[in-house]
Amino acid sequence: MDITWSSVKSIIKKWKVYDPHKRTISTVEHGGGSILVWGCVSAAGPGSFVKVEGNTNAEKYHQILEDNLIQSARELRLGRRFIFQQDNDPKHTAKDAQKWFKDNKVNVLDWPSPRQKVNTFYRQCVLQDELNRKILDSLLDFTRKCSSARQHSDWASQMRANEIPTAALVLGVNVPDHDITFQSLSELLHQSVTPHVASVEAKECGALKHLMKRVLERLMDTVVDDDEEEETEHTSTQLHKSVNCSLSALCDWYITKTKRSSPAEHERQQQPPVVIIFKDLEAFNPRVLRDFILICSRYIERLPLMFIFGIATSPSTIQRMLPHSVSSLLCIELFQSLSCTQHLATVIDQLILTPQFPFKLNAKVMQVLLSIFLYHDFSVRNFIKGLQLALLEHFHSQPLSVLCCKKKEALLNVMQLSHRDLERIRQLPSFKRYVEKQESQEQVNLITDDSHLKETCRKMIKGLHKYHKNYYPILKCLHTLTSALPRYPLGKQIRELHLTCLEKNVWENEDYQSAMKLLKMLAKDDLIALLQRCGEILKPVKSKKMKSTAFQLEELLTKFKQLDSNEEDSITSPIKNLQKKTDLFQLQKTLLEMNETRRSKKLSPFEILRNEALEFIDSLVKSHLSPPESQTLHEVCYYSSSATVRRHLNATPRTSIQAALSSPYYYLQNENLKTEDGTVSNAAPDICIAYKLHLECGRLINLYDWLELISTNLHLFLSLSFSARFIRSVSELEFLGFIKSTKQKTDHVARLTWGGC
Amino acid sequence: MTALLQHPGYDEEKLRRVAEQLPCREVQAGLLLSLMGEPQQYSYPSIFIYGHRASGKSHVLHVLLKELELHHATVSCVECVSVALLFEQVLLSFFGCDAASLLPRSPSLSDFVRIYRQQPVTMETSSHQTVVLNPVVEDNVTVILLSEIVWDKFRPNTGCFEPLLLHFPDYSKGELQQILSQDRHPSYSAEFYSSYINILLGVFYSVCRDLRELRHLAALNFSKFCEPLEEGKVKETDTHKLWRNIEPHLKKAMQTVYLREVSSLQWEQMQLMEEKEAGALRGLSAHTHVELPFYSKFLLIAAYLASYNPARTDKRFFLKHHGKIRKTNFLKKNEKTSNHLLGPKPFPLDRLLAIFYSVVDSRVAPTASIFSQISSLVTLQLLTQVSHDDQLDAPKYKCAVSLDFICAISRTVNFDIVKYLYDFL
Repeated sequence: MDITWSSVKSIIKKWKVYDPHKRTISTVEHGGGSILVWGCVSAAGPGSFVKVEGNTNAEKYHQILEDNLIQSARELRLGRRFIFQQDNDPKHTAKDAQKWFKDNKVNVLDWPSPRQKVNTFYRQCVLQDELNRKILDSLLDFTRKCSSARQHSDWASQMRANEIPTAALVLGVNVPDHDITFQSLSELLHQSVTPHVASVEAKECGALKHLMKRVLERLMDTVVDDDEEEETEHTSTQLHKSVNCSLSALCDWYITKTKRSSPAEHERQQQPPVVIIFKDLEAFNPRVLRDFILICSRYIERLPLMFIFGIATSPSTIQRMLPHSVSSLLCIELFQSLSCTQHLATVIDQLILTPQFPFKLNAKVMQVLLSIFLYHDFSVRNFIKGLQLALLEHFHSQPLSVLCCKKKEALLNVMQLSHRDLERIRQLPSFKRYVEKQESQEQVNLITDDSHLKETCRKMIKGLHKYHKNYYPILKCLHTLTSALPRYPLGKQIRELHLTCLEKNVWENEDYQSAMKLLKMLAKDDLIALLQRCGEILKPVKSKKMKSTAFQLEELLTKFKQLDSNEEDSITSPIKNLQKKTDLFQLQKTLLEMNETRRSKKLSPFEILRNEALEFIDSLVKSHLSPPESQTLHEVCYYSSSATVRRHLNATPRTSIQAALSSPYYYLQNENLKTEDGTVSNAAPDICIAYKLHLECGRLINLYDWLELISTNLHLFLSLSFSARFIRSVSELEFLGFIKSTKQKTDHVARLTWGGC
Repeated sequence: MTALLQHPGYDEEKLRRVAEQLPCREVQAGLLLSLMGEPQQYSYPSIFIYGHRASGKSHVLHVLLKELELHHATVSCVECVSVALLFEQVLLSFFGCDAASLLPRSPSLSDFVRIYRQQPVTMETSSHQTVVLNPVVEDNVTVILLSEIVWDKFRPNTGCFEPLLLHFPDYSKGELQQILSQDRHPSYSAEFYSSYINILLGVFYSVCRDLRELRHLAALNFSKFCEPLEEGKVKETDTHKLWRNIEPHLKKAMQTVYLREVSSLQWEQMQLMEEKEAGALRGLSAHTHVELPFYSKFLLIAAYLASYNPARTDKRFFLKHHGKIRKTNFLKKNEKTSNHLLGPKPFPLDRLLAIFYSVVDSRVAPTASIFSQISSLVTLQLLTQVSHDDQLDAPKYKCAVSLDFICAISRTVNFDIVKYLYDFL
């Protein structure tokens, strides 16, 4: 939440939500710009806000607390009974401050959510960078190559037409993600190639003039003189009178720029290129682009220009947009970025399939987020936004989310739980289930004794963390095994397997059984390769269980290898014995026996071992891949309200209009409007009543009948003011698209929706 | 040849230099010179020169004006988005920035003339592809207009002073050969390079007469031409062997680097590589695959169906119990097989959504993101909005993708689109 503080002109970056039930004081801190402000807020109102001079350190923070906190508390009449809350800035957690809190008997409460959130967001940025690193690197190479190629002066490059080097960057249709890519691209270019980078978007460049203006503004970092825009006039006229909106002005500027900097680094004669990034090529007006390229090509000898085209669909767009006479001025090279599904897979792997973050999504929420991604936008950024929303909602709505943090903190937090929180734990369905399984004495203890409950909670939290630690490696193992099978019985992507595991016991799934059957038919080499990969997954995991499983897997593998040597002395075929028997009866008997043996064919040692290995895998799956609902206290970590997420991320305007009209109480929350279902109270807004009654009419509605219907319903006499109200509601309904005027009958309107009559 | 370019009032030496720099354009240069007359004479106020791309229009003028030291200003009209810019550039190149800074904001023509008159010297103007005429300055000024388009397209309705029209014809094959042979590689003989140009023109002359482009191609491929020579396999005179070596290479260049499917940098790298590796490089148009979200695919399919099927057939295709529609009645003769030839027809949003809901198997809630997908398809130029942007009520769209594209898309979602197209019944 950003709040501008008008008097001090700084933006406060963090704003913590306070709980009106508890009497807590929270801090608001961090000034943007130059002024730092410390302030506090409580349920009783805001406390004092003070300007902080210079940098804050632990000492200064101590001083601020000393001066202001107690004072504010006194002014707000909180006495000593308040809880102070702050984020985990190093200076906040410094020993000095801790001691001060202790001395002054101030209770301090940690709030894990903001940090977590920042954490995820930070990781996401890093991730994006890593994903695009490869393509960005090749792009950078290209720019360097182009700028160095310009310097050659041999025959071929003299004769060659001067083309503008152009990188066609194909990014896929997930347009919301492109911003970050371009941002990091221009930063990288800034750092390593050239200081002159300008990026333009289609929507700000409707005409050539605007495009030119934007490019010049961004490169020269000044306000460019323009005839039309009046606002810039005052500032620009005196200072930049000569700066006109043309490339020749840019040329002059570039020459002075390079001249100024060249004596300092005399050896490097290389001129840094001027890079112009077109973020969304498809949306540009082709005419504008054409003219711009034509103009640029006239200046290419004086100005080392370079273009980067961001393309969402396919590179053939360039040829569709630019005629040959223009595209022959460009030297186009293609760069293809990762597909968005690959991108998502990495994000899921880093953010969700890891025990590192205690916050988890349950199957339904996960399903909602994934379906939005796959069906609607392909945007990884929106997926992460959804994740953040779920995170925020979880910490906001679930009081027990205090326990959703790192193991050590969680164990500490358990000890600090109040009686009310413990009652909440007792209300959790998963805890209730747990209690029912216990013996009667234990049950009583759990329900009545708080300290005993705390102890059990600690155990459960530990169990939950252990569960997570084991769950993900085993999931990955199972995925490596099944993703090699034909037709992917358990899904091609690991997220699909994860979803089935979250929903219910995966081993009861039909697909799982068929996958196991298929695994039992695997050839030796394949199986060994797969098991080795599983071993590699399990090795780095630091838990006792996983260590032992990795060890067992190793043993199995060595057994497989030993088989190779023992293979020669295989079973002797019974056919050899056949020739000896001459007796018909005997022959029949042996043949029968042979049939029998063929049916219950004796297993080769490899097959035995294979079965053993698969049973081992099966047991692992059964012990570690149970759905999280089976874990006690899973509500602490798992966010489950898929409806909220869906409502926030995938709005349905039509449905909400319908809901508002048919039951106004839903939005207005006025007691007068509360009715039995299906009816609308008389106190409801006119439009609701009009809507309700129009549903009872046919395709064509007589306006006068409608008016009378409403008046009888409301027990009102027809008056001028009433008919005005009626006309208003009718026009509102027309605006919302439920009715429209018709030419068939003059005093009628036509319904545009079906049903109801 | 130099005899052609003789004109009183100019230095012989200068004229000779001009003639040297303008091969195959002596006639046009001479004509221009005689139009402009001697330096002290008044010249014709405006000349319009037209001809195809790279037929030497600007080059001839540039050389003439520069070598004969005539005062001139060159302005590109694409660049001058407003009149102010044009005035400023003209003043700037005539009198320096002092005069240019005298121009007021949003200047008119009379402002320009006023400042122009204040300045001491006056000379000739040459303007590049310009339509703006300024014969108002009563002085010895010639406006020379260069364009690729004929004068008739520019003639204003209100009438104006007709310029003299001057056409620059395309270079013939022989002329191209002569011009291109001039920029030979310093380390090879002129005959050798000329034979190379001959081969090059043999391949490219049928598709491209653009001198600039040909010169570019010649430079790109010359190293490949010299390859057997460097290896010592053939002698310079053995043209047949050289031709056999370069001909397939040039043909390939025509399909790739000439069309800018492959950049010239990549082309140069490719020449260094082995033959078999070079085949791996794919051009720009080879990448046609577009990944789309699931519902976007169906929206695009629905848009395609709405664009190419007549609206009255929707009932037959998308209603489960459409009743009996007689085939003879249904298939009208004039409509048959013509829809794809006529191109996409506009359709309203409602129709698109109705078809979309019936095409998608599962039930889809009409969420905001469905609508936002439509607009993002428009920005990706897979759909085009026919009505104006401002029209909020019942916008109309057209589908802008080809049959191949939509077939590829519908294959990924297991939808047999051909069964739903009226043209293919």
